Amino acid sequence: MKVQIDSGRCQGHGRCYDIAPGLFGDDDEGYGRVLGDGLVAPGQDHEAHLAVANCPERAITLTEGA
Amino acid sequence: MALDDRFSQDFREPDGERPLGTRNEIITGLVSDWATDFSHLEPEWSADPYPIQDDLRQRCPIAHTDRFGGAWLPTRYEDVAAIAYDTGRFSSRSIILSNFRPPREVAPIGGSPPISSDPPFHHDARKLLLPPFTKNAVARQEPATRAFCHSLIDAFEGREVVDAARDYAQHIPMRVIADMLGFPAEDGPQFREFVENLLEGINLPPDERIERVSRLFDYLLAQVNEHLDDPREDLTTYLINAELYGHKLDSSHVVGTMALLLIAGIDTSWSAIGASLWHLARTPADRERLVAEPGLLPTAMEELLRAYAPVTMARLVKEDMQWHGVDMKADDWILLSFPAANRDPAQFDRAGEVVIDREINRHAAFGLGIHRCVGSHLARMELRVALEVWLERIPEFTLADPSAVTWAAGQIRGPRTLPLRI
Repeated sequence: MKVQIDSGRCQGHGRCYDIAPGLFGDDDEGYGRVLGDGLVAPGQDHEAHLAVANCPERAITLTEGA
Repeated sequence: MALDDRFSQDFREPDGERPLGTRNEIITGLVSDWATDFSHLEPEWSADPYPIQDDLRQRCPIAHTDRFGGAWLPTRYEDVAAIAYDTGRFSSRSIILSNFRPPREVAPIGGSPPISSDPPFHHDARKLLLPPFTKNAVARQEPATRAFCHSLIDAFEGREVVDAARDYAQHIPMRVIADMLGFPAEDGPQFREFVENLLEGINLPPDERIERVSRLFDYLLAQVNEHLDDPREDLTTYLINAELYGHKLDSSHVVGTMALLLIAGIDTSWSAIGASLWHLARTPADRERLVAEPGLLPTAMEELLRAYAPVTMARLVKEDMQWHGVDMKADDWILLSFPAANRDPAQFDRAGEVVIDREINRHAAFGLGIHRCVGSHLARMELRVALEVWLERIPEFTLADPSAVTWAAGQIRGPRTLPLRI
């Protein structure tokens, strides 16, 4: 599984990097960014799902594969 | 003496001239029917708005009032979100609903950019403010905030009953934002006056309102001049030097943004801290669980922000239109209630309950869309530190007198008197 942020929707609430700091960080303006290639390592599933489910702007997607 | 022509003349209208715009008759008093005559300034609303909002969501999800020259109140999450996202049809040129509408020409900048700005200007004005308010940037304020919270509690020594709103919650954001703007810490009591004038004095006679707002701008201009003489590493100096489109900002932009940071930075966090302590004081199970499991606080905090979201915004309808079944007229107000959206059962399970371990919580306490609260990371830091320090120092507390608790009226709601037995 892989996480992605739609930068057109992200408004910098920062819920993703609060909840899943292993998968997300922020840029100089506080917008969320995916760390590395966005691949969800074993054991990160729960935080990945929580990041998706808590984003107020519905900007994060979790895709199967790779 | 530093010379900066921008601030040598007052940018406001000359004395005696009222700003252009439209005024309407001021209507106050008991609400006859919340669906057709609502007012967020009446005591019934400030005491407990949730049953009113729940009732409206069921029977009249976009309520109306003739007060304030005409306003709409959507209570469903989906309608609140749709308006927040639709900056094409709803303007932010005034975000405090009152009996005065600023002229259309103030758009897209508005009086306090970027909160009062519309696209495309909004994006550029907001971009200037984002770097100093990132999570990492505001983390630099955390040690001083924590020490300050401890000093407030040290001062409770020997007292059995304290006012958690007046003696604790209000001081925390005041001190933090004063430090960030580079204002004297001892000016706090004046800030409280500015906040109350601007946000709660909505139904005052216009001349009195103008006079009161004027005092805030006099104060801010004095601070600007002090910073011109003695530039420092703070937000005031940052705004004085900031550039947009190759020029320094207009004086009205600098001072308007300072007003925004001061006002929006204070009573919002003050309300969130106070409402959280109020909830914990009357809900021993939640209080005991948080004391036993401090790691739950970040999750619990989001739930307290959802359930007691302090901030309601306003918009102005741009043109006459049919919108989700109602006839909106140009210049009608929208009371954009994020608190009502946060309690919509269509969006949240057990919407009316506080579930402090709620893991999935897509609340809108800090707004949605391009106007997401620029200070949200700062507010979260203040709320977390304020609650951590309180629970560590005062793990047991109860409401000393539930009937003595008072709540602010208007668009920012939180306890203003909160006697707790400690």
